[in-house]
This record gives sequence, structure tokens and C-alpha cells, in this order.
Amino acid sequence: MSHVHDHDADHESVYAGLTGGDDSRWAFGTDFEDPLAGIDTTLPDGVDAAALSQYCLMLGDDALIYSHRLSQWASNAPDLEEDIALANVALDLLGQARLLLVRAAAADGDLVPALPEGSPVPDEDALAFFRDEAAFRNVRFVEPENGDFAVTMARLLVFSTFRLAVMQRLVGSHDTVLSAIAAKAVKELTYHRDYAGRWFLTLAQGTGESRRRLLAALTLVWPLYDELFRTHPVEALLAEQGVGVDPAAVADDVAVLLEQVFSVSGTDRPDVPAAGPVGTGMGRDGMHSEAMGPLLAEMQVVARAHPSGRW
Amino acid sequence: MVTLPSTDTTRREETARALAAQVTDPEMPMLTLEDLGVLRDVSSGDRGQILVTITPTYSGCPAMGAMRDDLLHALRDHGFDDVEIRVRLHPAWSSDWISARGRAALVEHGISVPGAAARHDGPVPLTLLPVPRALTCPRCDSVEVSLVSEFGSTACKAMYRCACCLEPFEHVKEI
Repeated sequence: MSHVHDHDADHESVYAGLTGGDDSRWAFGTDFEDPLAGIDTTLPDGVDAAALSQYCLMLGDDALIYSHRLSQWASNAPDLEEDIALANVALDLLGQARLLLVRAAAADGDLVPALPEGSPVPDEDALAFFRDEAAFRNVRFVEPENGDFAVTMARLLVFSTFRLAVMQRLVGSHDTVLSAIAAKAVKELTYHRDYAGRWFLTLAQGTGESRRRLLAALTLVWPLYDELFRTHPVEALLAEQGVGVDPAAVADDVAVLLEQVFSVSGTDRPDVPAAGPVGTGMGRDGMHSEAMGPLLAEMQVVARAHPSGRW
Repeated sequence: MVTLPSTDTTRREETARALAAQVTDPEMPMLTLEDLGVLRDVSSGDRGQILVTITPTYSGCPAMGAMRDDLLHALRDHGFDDVEIRVRLHPAWSSDWISARGRAALVEHGISVPGAAARHDGPVPLTLLPVPRALTCPRCDSVEVSLVSEFGSTACKAMYRCACCLEPFEHVKEI
């Protein structure tokens, strides 16, 4: 920001104080500063920039897409407290996504979609709003419609358990930026997992209807469970280099943790077949479920209508 | 050759540090960013600019932009034209960093203060029962309080209610 700040003008418009007088920033929010400002984003020795970038997209897209899904509960949850809780979880994930997408762009700028010259859209927003479906690297697990509250809690329990296990290992990454993002994420995901775990137990041990819905929910989310632990070549490569985490390596930890919840809740691990691939691949390959298109359409429509950030 | 900072540089830094330390949190204005533990460092850069280092409380904290702008304004209004706000992610912010003065200010404004944050060497244990916290109602000091939600109006707070005075109150979460 190189403008000269006019303090008096602030009193005429609160917006001027927020934007520093640069109206063009409004379309994409008031916070245009790089969330990694001043952080050393130099790559660790021997790490392939393109691979690191793809890996950051995988972790970032998981959080971004799931954050968007969860945000759809805002004003629709069973009561105000759950509304706020789910919005908080979505916000934490959005924050993680933002840092990871910025890291992805810093490692390999070539994957950031080109926008009209002078567009104020930062790299992480360009990645979130201007990539097409096949360029997203999230697992399919985060894509489906929310369903009822039981489906949402069952899915959140599994996802937060999985992501917490990955992030705990990622704290040891040789990439100091990924390590720092992971250390923060661990703290946040601990709250998410406890929240979902408590609701899972409450619904399982609540009324006949809540238990019926929870059991149905578990069966509904389970076909995409195995995909969480399928190792993509990029994940294998970065795990080998000490930068990333092989998701297959956390499968046992996740299963043990979930078994604790199932055992206390008096439920069983579902015995349903895993969903097959889409054509030749799965989410990490850019092959997504049919829920992904409508989700992206909703998430991206405003940004795409105004690529220069003005209207 | 060792170059010691000139007295002028030191004095400038001290002035800048004092100004930055007065900037308050946009969501909890009874706290300064220093008391909250978000303000980590104020120093001088290579070209003489003032470097202000902050650590976000939560990954998605929407107040970070406002904090940056407020820091810039506070310093620019006092003649520091070249200011650079930097982010430090490691170590991650902890509620343990809230100062004693910050805690006193929170209590004074009816907000319950965090206990010690959990430290994990191994896997993070699952907690299926509400986290036991020894809290008292910030209004009436009753210990008859119950958790409403681990999530509140900002990312850093949980919601409680007091069974004695029947008022709701916020608690800054341990993290």
C-alpha cells in the first residue's frame, strides 16, 4: 500500500478507512494483503516446485470445498448455536485453504489462472474462483450435498479425524511454511473433531429417530471413505522427500480413532462397498462427483461475473 | 565490522513499538494487539522501514486485515511513512500469550479468560465430553455455569451461560 493515508477522510466514510481509498478492492473483500507477507517461501532443497504446488492444492482444495459446503448451513442449522459452530468450522477451513493456495501459487505461479490486466484478484482467489472442475485436487469425500444434520456430523467427524491425522504428521514437514500452517490447523481441527464426535455420540444415543438417521448417515458417507487414504503419485513423492504426508500412512490412526467413537456410541463401522473411480481417476486426479459442478457454479459465479473486481 | 544501530534508529523503533502497542483488537477493543499476543515484534528493516510482525490467532481470522490497516494508520499518523506489516506463522498463536493486563481487561468487560492451553507430544486425544473448565461467571462470580457451545461470535470464543444470574457470557478458548 503506497497511498498517503488521509485520516480525516475516514470520518466521512467507514469504508474509506477499511480500503485505504482503493475502491477496486471491494469486490473481493477488504483484505488484500498477502497472508504470507514477509514469510520466507523459498523451497527446501531438492523439492520440485510443481509437485509441492500440486500438493498444496490438494490440501487446500479439501479445505476450500468442504468449507463452502459447510457454509451452506448458515441460517439453516437446527438452532443458532449449531449455525454459528458450523460457520466457525467453515471459517477455520477457509483460512487454512487460503494459506495453502497462497503457498501453492508462491511455489508455482504457472498454475494460477490468468485474469484481465489490472485485475485486483489475488492469486489465492484466482485459484479458488477461476479454475475449472478438472483442476481441483480435492478428494470426492468433501463434495456431496450436506444432507441432514446427522449426515453432516458423520461426514465432519470422518473428515476432521482424517485431516487432523494428516496435519499432525505435516508439522514435521521440511517445508517450514507447510509445517507452520499444519501446526495451526492441528489446534483448530481438534475442536472440529471433538464437536462432531460429541454430536455423533449424542445422535447415536439420543432418540430412536436420531439413531436411525445417524446410522443411515454413516452408510451414506462411507463409500467415499477409502479414497481419503489412496496415495496420489504427488503425495508419494513429497512424502518421500519429507515435505508431504502419504495419506495411506494415517489410515490406521484414523480407523482406531473412529473405532473409539463407534464403540462409545454403540455403532459399527459400516460394511458398504467403496465408490469406484470416475472414468480413470478420483478427486486428486481432477475427476469429481456430480455434486462438484453445481457447488463450483455457486461458489464461483460472483467472482467470474466480475473478473476485474468492479461493477 | 560490527555496525551498532544508531541511537536514532533505536529511538525510532522504540517510538514505533509504543505506537503499535497501543493499537487495539478490532473485535475485542478492550485488548491491545500486544496484550492479545498478536503483536510479535517491531524493528527496522534494511531501507529504514519499520517492520511490524504479527501472528494470526486463527487461520481464518477475518480481523487480520483490519489489524494490519489499524497498525499502518497508527504508525503513519505519527510520521512513519514506510511501514511493512509481516506475518509470522511459527510458532502458532496460543491463548497463553494473552498478557496479565489483557486478562484483567477481559474480565473487566465480562469475558471469561482462557486457562492453560493443552500441550500434546503424541496424538491429540479425542474428547467426547465437554472440556472441563473451572470457570466463574464474570458478572456474578457463580461457579454454576454451563457450556452452550464451543463456538461463538468470533473464532476465539466459546459461549457459556450462568445458572445463577441467567446471563450468557463468552469465554476465550484455550488454543
